[in-house]
Amino acid sequence: MSALAAPPSKRLLKGNEAICLGAVAAGCRHYYGYPITPQNDIPEYMAAHLPALGGTFLQAESEVATINMMLGTSASGKRVMTSSSGPGISLMQEGLSYMAGSELPAVIVNISRSGPGLGGIAPSQGDYFQAVKGGGHGGYRLIVLAPHSVQEMYALTMLAFDLADKYRTPAMILGDAIVGQMKEPFVASPYDPASTVEKPWALTGCAGRERLNVKSLHLKDNEIEVHNWRLHEKYERIRKDETRAEPYMLDGATIAIVAFGTAARVGKTAIQWARKEGIAAGMLRPITLFPFPRREVFELARKVDVLLVIEMNTGQMVEDVRQSTPLHDRIAFLGKPCAMPTPEEILERIRLLAGRKV
Amino acid sequence: MSAPPGKARFSKAVYARPRSLVDVKSHFCPGCHHGTIHKIVAECIDRYGLREKTIGVACVGCSVFLYDYIDVDVVESPHGRAPAVATGVKRAQPDKFVFTYQGDGDLAAIGTSEIIHAANRGENLSVIFVNNTTYGMTGGQMAPTTMLGQKTSTTPYGRDFRGDGYPIRMAELLAGLEGTAYSARVAVSTPAQIRKSKEAVRKAFEMQINGMGLSIVEFLSTCPTNWGMKPLDAQKRVLGEMSEYFPLGVFKERVQADFA
Repeated sequence: MSALAAPPSKRLLKGNEAICLGAVAAGCRHYYGYPITPQNDIPEYMAAHLPALGGTFLQAESEVATINMMLGTSASGKRVMTSSSGPGISLMQEGLSYMAGSELPAVIVNISRSGPGLGGIAPSQGDYFQAVKGGGHGGYRLIVLAPHSVQEMYALTMLAFDLADKYRTPAMILGDAIVGQMKEPFVASPYDPASTVEKPWALTGCAGRERLNVKSLHLKDNEIEVHNWRLHEKYERIRKDETRAEPYMLDGATIAIVAFGTAARVGKTAIQWARKEGIAAGMLRPITLFPFPRREVFELARKVDVLLVIEMNTGQMVEDVRQSTPLHDRIAFLGKPCAMPTPEEILERIRLLAGRKV
Repeated sequence: MSAPPGKARFSKAVYARPRSLVDVKSHFCPGCHHGTIHKIVAECIDRYGLREKTIGVACVGCSVFLYDYIDVDVVESPHGRAPAVATGVKRAQPDKFVFTYQGDGDLAAIGTSEIIHAANRGENLSVIFVNNTTYGMTGGQMAPTTMLGQKTSTTPYGRDFRGDGYPIRMAELLAGLEGTAYSARVAVSTPAQIRKSKEAVRKAFEMQINGMGLSIVEFLSTCPTNWGMKPLDAQKRVLGEMSEYFPLGVFKERVQADFA
């Protein structure tokens, strides 16, 4: 049954399926991918639905081929997406560097699992560094969006396409096995693009114009230096204009959780419980991991007693939190590598930090 | 005063630069075949009126400079990935003409997975494969096509099959795949060979025009600089030991599309 044909009423939907609906709503008709747990719902959905929409689903021979097929489709001016998990995303790093260098938009979904190596299929946020610090060679950034609900898997996928096109750069959805596999009530809101972007750079054949190249090789004079500064200026513009974070119950908060994705979702429950006990807890949830909400963290750190950073790893985003504020003694960390923290253990830490007996 | 030479004696042009070949000086080394192969490709693009609907895919190595010489849209691919990039272009724009231009390190070493699977899917693409038995741009290291006994900067004592393996015959290998529509090996060391190779490229392009699947033309090519040979001796090597190990010919020619 086509989920597309369903009326826009509330229904139960998986996070991975919400990504597909968002992509299709945003006009993505080209998907390339390679099987890997825990994201197989996405290629399976695309295989079932894209052909009927006049699009392309292609199961590539590897993630290396996948990202390069995306490069070709993106250079053609078309919206294109893939999804994978840690080991597959690693194989895509070469192509991501080329796409960043060639300034090609695309959306890459990482429903991350445990690592390093083959790791495991348990949910993890261990790919944070890889996602936000570049990942491949040569110095570049991806726009990284971190959904924490099924509804947001949908909305942020649409946003990812818009931002990728606007800035001519690959954008990543950094999810995890929980937010990908869980089902929640969902309403398909209409796609409302922030702006439509022309693609005069697309390679469509040189009829009526000079020939165009899409490339990342710059050998002449100081072309590559100029290119690097231009990319840097673009990333600075993204930092300035596209940073997104959700403040949650921060009014009067003395303890503020900083967490993204599934960790943030669980943290919200712990905050509600803490508030019931009279502890003024709240949360700042980065929605964009690059650009990281530095200013928001800086200002929040001055207002609260404690920033409790929670991650499903041994501490990666916490480095960006430290970089955002000089008040390092206010930063506490709760790490759960390759596992979901429970609201109980978060509440216990909140109580400790509040000086309560546990 | 006599008229400038060439003006007075001939009344009509019998030869002109192909429209799809850019009018620039070649930067390639003396005796290198890239220029000849570029011209053949440009002539075949012109023959079918494809220039304005062509997207070329350049790869890594000396062959990347395709976009300085062929007057069509070109996207640059990571090393070896051109058939995957071309797949992405062709799937997005099935009405366009798409070809890759790859060297032997690119196609036969790092890119074996991409070329084999593009061929196996029967992607409707054309592949120009330039085999000069070495890595030219990086300074003449051993390629997957390096001949046994051939000295390169990384086989200083000559390629030895015990450890280095054997030179790989891609045209024959790809001919064995169901999705391959056309596979041929040609050379451009004599005028007759140049004419024959043009015929092969025409066939390859026609395969794509007719939706038959992946077509590949392997060119035996020179690299006098890295072979340490004079251009004429390099031609002799192509005509001699290279052609003996890499026989010229057509290894597959599909007559009917699978879906027809």
